[in-house]
Amino acid sequence: MSDFFSAFFDELPQVRSGLWVTLEATVLGALAALLLSFVLGLMSISRLLVLRGTSRVVVEFFRGTSLYIQLFWLYYAMPTLTGYQLDPLLCGVVAFGLNYGAYGAEVVRGAIGSVPRGQYEAAVALNMSPLHRMRKVVLPQAWVQMIPSFTNLLIQLLKCTPLLWLISAADLMTVVQQLRDRTGETLTAYLTLLAVYFVLAYALTLLMNLLERGAKRRLGLPTGAGSLLRSRSATEAVASVPGGAR
Amino acid sequence: MATEPLPLQKTADVAPADAAPGAAPAVAPETGHPLVRFDDVVKRYGDHVVLDGLNFSVRRGEHITLIGPSGSGKTTILRLLMTLEKVSDGVIWVDGSPLSHVRTPAGVLKPAPEKHLREARKKIGMVFQQFNLFPNMKVLQNITEAPVNVLGKDREEAEARARELLDLVGLSAKIDAHPSQLSGGQQQRVAIARALAMEPEILLLDEVTSALDPELVAGVLELLGDIARNTDITMLCVTHEMNFARDVSETVLMFDSGQVIESGPPEKIFTDPEHERTREFLDAVL
Repeated sequence: MSDFFSAFFDELPQVRSGLWVTLEATVLGALAALLLSFVLGLMSISRLLVLRGTSRVVVEFFRGTSLYIQLFWLYYAMPTLTGYQLDPLLCGVVAFGLNYGAYGAEVVRGAIGSVPRGQYEAAVALNMSPLHRMRKVVLPQAWVQMIPSFTNLLIQLLKCTPLLWLISAADLMTVVQQLRDRTGETLTAYLTLLAVYFVLAYALTLLMNLLERGAKRRLGLPTGAGSLLRSRSATEAVASVPGGAR
Repeated sequence: MATEPLPLQKTADVAPADAAPGAAPAVAPETGHPLVRFDDVVKRYGDHVVLDGLNFSVRRGEHITLIGPSGSGKTTILRLLMTLEKVSDGVIWVDGSPLSHVRTPAGVLKPAPEKHLREARKKIGMVFQQFNLFPNMKVLQNITEAPVNVLGKDREEAEARARELLDLVGLSAKIDAHPSQLSGGQQQRVAIARALAMEPEILLLDEVTSALDPELVAGVLELLGDIARNTDITMLCVTHEMNFARDVSETVLMFDSGQVIESGPPEKIFTDPEHERTREFLDAVL
């Protein structure tokens, strides 16, 4: 067994803790992003100009500035401004939440816009309140449209977590980097990282496919049996190939 | 199905018109106090005038069919009544109250806020050309969702009522189906049951058979005929089904260019129309 793997197994508790930090950053960051996606997405379709405007500015700002710089700003610049140092993991969660929340807001806005107008009109004709219409009619239908795009964003978010290394958050990347430095086995170290991130990303894809399948079943749509293992993307959902045996 | 008694006789009698709150119509009501009255209603989309100073009224319990060429503004009338659109000018009166206006302390009518519209919509139900069932709800919930969460009915009571209505529309077996598992005709019958579950005084039917395959049309029309004969629900129906207009409605309104150009009982309109445009239209569709 190579030096790298013996070091890897010797330091297994540390590797496990690094993996845990990566997962925490991904899951908490994704939850923050999801929350922000809905808040900003719903604000962007509000009748009130001030809400629409605020949402627009926030979305454009966080989408238009690099995640890299946002992370550095939160970790290195904010303390000099406020005198308050955030924990590295929390920095990561906030930066991922803001950045991916901005992308997610556009997904929410687009999905709500894709629900046929007749659905809204039928809900009005049944005298539902605006909140009731959104909660019981529009969002459950929009949710199915959102999942493929959210899957893409979630995987991108996972793949951004190695940036935590730059603010010394002791994630998986950081731990493996240290093992590489110690053993000098660059090839094996980075191959291992590639494999681990691929496995994590694929596991997330499967989970999201399950979620999509459940959401489709609730709408009485075909769930595409056997397609659980296939990685789907937003574009693919739209341009499904007729008779596609892939 | 046509002969069985319908479980939808409305027991609540007609509220006296003058009991309507804040009702002091700027224009005195016509004889017999119409349930619906369009008072110089104008609807414009940009420069395009769809309804041009429209006046007509509907008596309580009356079944009216609106006919006329495409683009003559028939559907717009229903959409205005359902408050899906706002009038550009004029006032629609329902049961003596302005539908989409409120009276300011100075006595001037101004466009109403959502709260008033929700009050106004209580009396009115609508069935759409494209059915618009909620795909995220099964048939039963499509029918009970609004009675429970809008009218505040007890769930069991609402479900019992939904079962009666599904029986009426002949779809008891589909109670647990998704809308996507139903044919167009079945979806439309569920949509009719859903509208009836809200106990509307006025039912708006917007080309409800136009999206159906020909063999499914008869079932839906028969059902609507039953409802017209066995309830006191006032019906306004936009349709291209002239037989339906003849069999079900007491009054046919012929529209052209945003105006009622002729109105009368179907036997008169269909056999001896006065207006040249009506004759041309009927020649084209019959």
